Amino acid sequence: MAAAVRPMTESAVAVVIGLVAGALLMLAFGYDPVQAYVWLFVGAFGSTAGILESLAFATPLMVTAVTFAVGVRAALFNIGAEGQMYLGAIGAIIVGGTMLLPAGIHPIAATIFGMCLGALWALPAAILKIWRGVHEVVSTIMLNWIAFYFVTFLVRTYLGEPGRAERAIPALPTARYPVLGETLTAIIFVVLAFCVAVAILLWRTGIGFELRLVGDNPEAAKYAGASSSRAILLSFAVGGLAAGLAGASQVLGRPPSWTIYATLGNLLNLGFDGIGVALIGRNHPVGGVFAAIFYGGLMNGGRYMEYHVGVASELVDAINGIIVIALAMPEIFAIIRRRRES
Amino acid sequence: MKPIRRLQWYLVGIVLTLAMMYIISLAGLGLAGLIETGLLAMTPLALAAVGECLNEQAGTINVGMEGIFLITAVLGVYWAEVFESGLWGLLLGAATGAFIGLVFGLVCVYGKANQVVAGMGLNIFALGFGPYLLMSIWAFPGIHVFRHELMFLPQQFTIWGASFAISAVTVAAIIIAVLAYLLLHRTLLGIRIRAAGENPIAVDVAGVSVGHVRLLMCVVGGALAGLGGAFMPLAWFGAATKEISAGRGFIALAAVVFAGLDPLLALVAAFIFGFAEGLAFTVVVTPGVKEVVPFYFVQMAPYVVTLLILTAAIGGKRFPRASGKPYVRE
Repeated sequence: MAAAVRPMTESAVAVVIGLVAGALLMLAFGYDPVQAYVWLFVGAFGSTAGILESLAFATPLMVTAVTFAVGVRAALFNIGAEGQMYLGAIGAIIVGGTMLLPAGIHPIAATIFGMCLGALWALPAAILKIWRGVHEVVSTIMLNWIAFYFVTFLVRTYLGEPGRAERAIPALPTARYPVLGETLTAIIFVVLAFCVAVAILLWRTGIGFELRLVGDNPEAAKYAGASSSRAILLSFAVGGLAAGLAGASQVLGRPPSWTIYATLGNLLNLGFDGIGVALIGRNHPVGGVFAAIFYGGLMNGGRYMEYHVGVASELVDAINGIIVIALAMPEIFAIIRRRRES
Repeated sequence: MKPIRRLQWYLVGIVLTLAMMYIISLAGLGLAGLIETGLLAMTPLALAAVGECLNEQAGTINVGMEGIFLITAVLGVYWAEVFESGLWGLLLGAATGAFIGLVFGLVCVYGKANQVVAGMGLNIFALGFGPYLLMSIWAFPGIHVFRHELMFLPQQFTIWGASFAISAVTVAAIIIAVLAYLLLHRTLLGIRIRAAGENPIAVDVAGVSVGHVRLLMCVVGGALAGLGGAFMPLAWFGAATKEISAGRGFIALAAVVFAGLDPLLALVAAFIFGFAEGLAFTVVVTPGVKEVVPFYFVQMAPYVVTLLILTAAIGGKRFPRASGKPYVRE
């Protein structure tokens, strides 16, 4: 248990650093940070409705965090969740919006198709990495932008809702997950099950062990006969499935729109935010769930902060960035530890 | 790579570019406009790529250039409005970039950070901080159009009767690339920079601080990326927007990888990528062509070209052994 406590304290310290830096940024522009944070946290966790809404914000982040985390476990820096998520959302619209299927099967089929498209979009990065050694940071970002224009094209042409230029065809009522309250739907259970499944895959199966071995110690992995190509492929594939699920969750499980806006406004940055969430969750799929709830709360509460105090809600992203930078520095925590020991 | 072989590559590049231009002019696109846009698109890429070459030669990988672009694009416009001058906007944009580079360097050198994670943190920070600045300074979400007089416009030239515009910053970027090459290969500091990336222990034993060398290069790299970031609104677009750099920081990173950390090759790569972007821009506005090719697919061109060139060109490149690793004295 003690092994799990240290990463948690480190994340907590980094979160505090991020919030303090956020307060300084607010002071620099003449806002009142105390009032802003009060509105933020009351809005996010102060009522049942707020908590449900925060969970709805957290749902896609839980899985985009898995994308990044499962990459890190194989020593990959997969930042392609953004593009893979767009493809997942499109997949969900293709099956959920344009096909007629019975109510029980429809959401499942749409979810699976979206996840598969997400995995498909992760494949080029995996192949380029294995075949040509192209660094995944560059290839996944390029694929993100290609996906952005491709999905925008589809949303504004073939998959656009007739007579409503601002959005794509919404998911049919048969394809929608039941609403639990506010904008939270039952897809959160699918997402949670997926996170647990990935944790089991990584820590309880042979191929998962291989993936982590390749990530931890490539030399030892080579001597043990582990295949790094297979580990890379598996890591990208699981990551793509996760990101695809995140995209599908915004179409099949997020009222009131049940679709993609033509600007992709309801999807933008969910993939990048997942990076910070994964790091706060210490690159563990289950840790990521708790980090996502925290970050979903920030996103939800950020709107209250913007409404009542006038601080642009994008500040939440800036805070996330500072948390990531703080977590990148083992030295901060080493200093704290040394203080305590001496 | 031997100098002779590199020379061959340049010649191949120039011949290919000329052939491409000829084909494009046959297709009915305005060639002068294409080159002008290509050079504008090249400039921020080249500046950031050359800076990143120096940075990585010294042993620090900064994947946060996209973030520096996003922040300095907004602050460059702010400085330009404060000092009523586009030139001051560019220079103070570079200074802002240098400051971000300094903080990044401190985090990497003294915080011993995982550089890729810290760089990504910088990108995420900028993703939020850019729009936050736009909202806090001008109280308008997502975009700020500034007065046209503040633009740092390209100079007009007339060669063989044809009018042609090139920005002073573009010329500066080319000169900086040459200077960076000379710095790396003809000076004592250059030897120290390369040694800090290749064999930091040797630098330390020689009595030179590895940390200081790396920090200096982080500042230089940040300043160049900052100049590129301020260039986009002030000398090109005429407005600061929240997604202004649209992945260019990462395209610059691709140029660096393609160039194998050679500033001159990075310039060539930046020109190829910039040209692809210029082509996209030109196609979008050319009558007769824009109706045939869907806009969205043209917009993908720079990213597809980057992927293809990386796929074709990678391999056989050697990167400094200690690059990306914090230096810890034993």
